[in-house]
Amino acid sequence: MKIVVCIKQVPDTTDVKINKETNTLIREGVKSIINPYDVYAIEEGLALKEIYGGSVTVISMGPPQVCEALKEAVSLGVDNVILISDRAFAGADSLATSYTLAKTIEKIGEVDLIITGKQAIDGDTAQVGPGIAEWLHIPHSTYIKAVEEITGEHIRVQRMIEGGYERIELDMPALITVVKEINEPRFPSIRGILRSREIEVPIWTANDLDVDETRIGLKGSPTQVVTIATPELGSKGEIFRGKAEEQVQKLFAALRERQIV
Amino acid sequence: MSIRVTDACIGCGICLQQCPFGAIELKENMAVISDSCTLCGSCESVCPVQAIQIEREKQAAVNLRDYQDVWVFGEQRNGEINSVVYELIGEGRKLADKLGEQLCVALIGSQLSAAADDLLQYGVNKVYLVDEHELSVYNDESYTSVMVDLINSYQPSIILLGATTIGRSLGPRVAARIKTGLTADCTGLDIDQETQNLLQTRPAFGGNIMATIVCKNNRPQMATVRPRVMNAASPINGFQGKVQQHDFDTSELTMKTRVLEVIEEMTELIKIEEADIIVSGGRGVGTPGNFKLIADLAQALGGAVGASRAAVDNGWIPYAHQVGQTGKTVGPKIYIACGISGAVQHLVGMKSSDVIIAINKDPEAPIFNHATFGLVGDLNQIIPEMIKKIKQGRIKEAAATSE
Repeated sequence: MKIVVCIKQVPDTTDVKINKETNTLIREGVKSIINPYDVYAIEEGLALKEIYGGSVTVISMGPPQVCEALKEAVSLGVDNVILISDRAFAGADSLATSYTLAKTIEKIGEVDLIITGKQAIDGDTAQVGPGIAEWLHIPHSTYIKAVEEITGEHIRVQRMIEGGYERIELDMPALITVVKEINEPRFPSIRGILRSREIEVPIWTANDLDVDETRIGLKGSPTQVVTIATPELGSKGEIFRGKAEEQVQKLFAALRERQIV
Repeated sequence: MSIRVTDACIGCGICLQQCPFGAIELKENMAVISDSCTLCGSCESVCPVQAIQIEREKQAAVNLRDYQDVWVFGEQRNGEINSVVYELIGEGRKLADKLGEQLCVALIGSQLSAAADDLLQYGVNKVYLVDEHELSVYNDESYTSVMVDLINSYQPSIILLGATTIGRSLGPRVAARIKTGLTADCTGLDIDQETQNLLQTRPAFGGNIMATIVCKNNRPQMATVRPRVMNAASPINGFQGKVQQHDFDTSELTMKTRVLEVIEEMTELIKIEEADIIVSGGRGVGTPGNFKLIADLAQALGGAVGASRAAVDNGWIPYAHQVGQTGKTVGPKIYIACGISGAVQHLVGMKSSDVIIAINKDPEAPIFNHATFGLVGDLNQIIPEMIKKIKQGRIKEAAATSE
């Protein structure tokens, strides 16, 4: 079975802070990491390979520094990695990104299963996975918390929904996006780390792919960011201090006064 | 590279601070853009002298005037309309009025004629109804095909979907087939008066920034909208709308996806999304044992238990209780944040609460900037006091009613 996992390198948004004076993002000291949900996607690929055999290829689109994320994937034990990198891809929204990744998967050829994380923590769109499946004309299912079984023809999965889950069967090839409930990611192995140090990450550019240039990068992106602002800070409310008992008394008095309770 | 800095640049450096990717440097008093630029456009919008220019397609991919009306996807399960649909109708009405267009609902499923009639009362001009036995259970493939057929038949200018598991799966599939733009998880919508484009505002970078996005040259403009952010529509007496049946030939569907079974799992007695009162605990709760205090207070108030990501990551409480960017969005009448510092990732999930009460021992905690009421001190002392007070109140009430 040939498995492709799509990952994204993201800034660790939990580290991102706002400079209150200038109202801008403070980037210093913010690490770049593999999108946390994609780590579960890599693990699922490796775990399925252990059961069903085959290979795991991890692909990522982005600037050259994304090599680091791909090397990390190698240290976890994946077979192949490919970086898709070209200035022509810059400015891609989720539609253009899914097109470019779909074209990459087409070029890899004869892929049985594509796995992505449920969303990336920087953009939080959750749109690239289903988009890839649409470009490839294959079925997809999102928010997968378990893979039950794979036969040659189909894959059975459990999809988290509000208030429960669905059991779904998809014909292969198929694409799934996974949630963190699906597995417990492994740590890099010594062998993996050694291999990641030596590996030369192959880079595919727009010329390497059979792409329609009106569908990639900024040109292929229907959506456009017009403004970016930092969220408004709320106004300070009433702050109580002093002994616990007094504070609680004041709170309840204030709640009664405003007829909240 | 399709971004350039013109001679108009005054070297003010505003763009350097704005760039989320650190891709701009000042060289000889001019902004220079490096290869890490993703063409996101944030510098372009802040440049005071319009010196940064990104070349974009100016030509529309379709004739924009052919597309009219604001649509809401009428998400339902077992014939029960999802509450987000009423929120989208409320918001969609405002957008339709600004555009002078109609508000419509696309309703797909089986045995939905009563539900369709009911939706009309909420100020909906038209419900496009596709009612087929084969569509009784949501399926990405079949629903995509039906939505695409509806869009091609009636050409709406805007489509709003709830940012639910269904909306966030159906939306990208439909948008990719139509080849139009889709903005995920919006928390604000408006119409640009000049261009009539839909302005779609959403949190990005874990809620650290708010981005406003437009889809200029493609139609329909599609957006998924976060539940419990917009105000739900109320029924309007005597509103006149109509249901339009749309025939769809399900025999043409080639289905590669089969839903085998739908399993309902109710893990909590009160779902936090629906609770009027939520008591949430964060890192400051300190220990799993102390988390019982949070549950006790919630119980005393008849509310639900929430948590910050830190508390969930520490394993004190399951993920289902997590409030925030990567958890649930809630909007209760009262939200009590205990030992939660108020990171922006948490705030985006609860700031629409009517009343926010914060308990934290750090008087500088950012949560106090958002709280209606703040209590500075040890939650191990404050919470038991609160529980005591609530119980006393109950005894008084009971005494008062028995008199």
